Amino acid sequence: MEEKKPKLKLAVYWAAACGGCCVSVLDVHEKLFDIISAADLVFWPIALDTKYHDVEKMPDSYIDVTLFNGAIRNSENEEMAKLLRKKSKILVAYGSCAHLGGIPGLANFTTKDEIFKRVYFESESVTNEKNVIPVPEYKAEEGSLFLPSFYNDVKSLSQVTEPDYFIPGCPPQSERLLEVFKAIVSGAELPPKGSVIGAEIKTQCDECIRKKTENKRIKKFYRPWEIKDDGVTCFMEQGVLCMGPATRAGCGYRCIKGNAPCRGCYGPPPGTPDPGAKMMSAVASIIDEKDPEAIERVLEDLADPAGTFYRFSLPVSLIRRKIL
Amino acid sequence: MKKITITKRKSINLILQFIFYLYLKQVPYILTLFTIIMEFKPRIIAFLCNWCSYTGADLAGTSRMEYKPNVRIIRVMCSGRVEPTFVLKAFANGADGVLICGCHPGDCHYQEGNYRCLRRYMMLQKYIRQIGIEPDRLKLEWISASEGKQFAELVNSFTEKIKELGPSKIKDIIKTFA
Repeated sequence: MEEKKPKLKLAVYWAAACGGCCVSVLDVHEKLFDIISAADLVFWPIALDTKYHDVEKMPDSYIDVTLFNGAIRNSENEEMAKLLRKKSKILVAYGSCAHLGGIPGLANFTTKDEIFKRVYFESESVTNEKNVIPVPEYKAEEGSLFLPSFYNDVKSLSQVTEPDYFIPGCPPQSERLLEVFKAIVSGAELPPKGSVIGAEIKTQCDECIRKKTENKRIKKFYRPWEIKDDGVTCFMEQGVLCMGPATRAGCGYRCIKGNAPCRGCYGPPPGTPDPGAKMMSAVASIIDEKDPEAIERVLEDLADPAGTFYRFSLPVSLIRRKIL
Repeated sequence: MKKITITKRKSINLILQFIFYLYLKQVPYILTLFTIIMEFKPRIIAFLCNWCSYTGADLAGTSRMEYKPNVRIIRVMCSGRVEPTFVLKAFANGADGVLICGCHPGDCHYQEGNYRCLRRYMMLQKYIRQIGIEPDRLKLEWISASEGKQFAELVNSFTEKIKELGPSKIKDIIKTFA
């Protein structure tokens, strides 16, 4: 009998995520068959019925590659992150949420109590006469029932465990996933631990197809719907806020191709501790005013600077959450 | 044998009493020392531009002006070099206040570095207000090379302001985070 190379064991897990990352894995379309022929999917809650206790029974380092998507929102997420770290040879933080905290990370602008108040009491579609809120432990007559406890802060994967690699994107481009997967299957030399893979090292602006000049001067910020976009000129030159200057390239500038400014899901380029601060620095330097009042007027158009500049990266930014 | 132990005990008692007496005498001093130690000493990071503000601070020093010892001065070539990252990093590492000083408008050695600084400062003010840091903890002031006195006054007033605001909570909050 012909001896076969053992198949790779692949796992995909979602924590606090929208499910888009799992769909992006499916987005490889017919290439999924190539993946399945090269790897066994051992754990994938969106598609397979493997239970948590099945994962617990696996020997340590049993899974070759785990794609972990989603931020750490509650104790279940953290427990699974640590469990999968133990069971996998390579743990990949897949997508913006695992990499930077992502959109769920914006919850760090508020607190657990505020969120509970809004969701369980104030929401227009909720009637909660008995004032019930989820508690981690509930004693029923038949015994105790447990729920994962909800954290006050949203964290990125690297803040609770040590991922080997990061694949950024919201969601990551499927072509990039295939590249990474091929590299792992072919046994090519892998980059050092902790590096961002499936992305470039330059910024978005560096590979952007729009026409740029040195003369970037902004006297007023516009929302994308307020301008008549010519489809050619740099968004920043038209006065539309585009996260390109502080965002890593590698997504294939899809948003730009679709005539929408960059939102910054690929995260900061290397050597940038705080993506939003970098962006603030870039934007402030192209405002064409010198008088404090005039600058104030220009800045008024930025309704939500923190939310715009840290859309995907609040939990990993320097300040990390709203100070209360 | 027995006698010796008694005298020993007595002498120890005497010594203890003496120490206690000394201690009682020191109580007011110890109390003041204690309050000095416990008093909130703000830690302020100041970014001063090489051409005007640093020279201004230097003038305050060479003219023997007294000002509060709470500022830690970092010299940068131009106030336009002060990135928002610097300020946020200072806050994240436990600074209670951040002071940025540059040349007066129109006086910048690099023509318009201080205007860039002004815009970044105003942008940062908007951001830190949103993230819950008191806007008063960050201050931008123009200090020329001849304004040693103004620099000393600025440091004193800013230190007082930060003392009123109390210690910054940012570092502790980040500690609980990860």
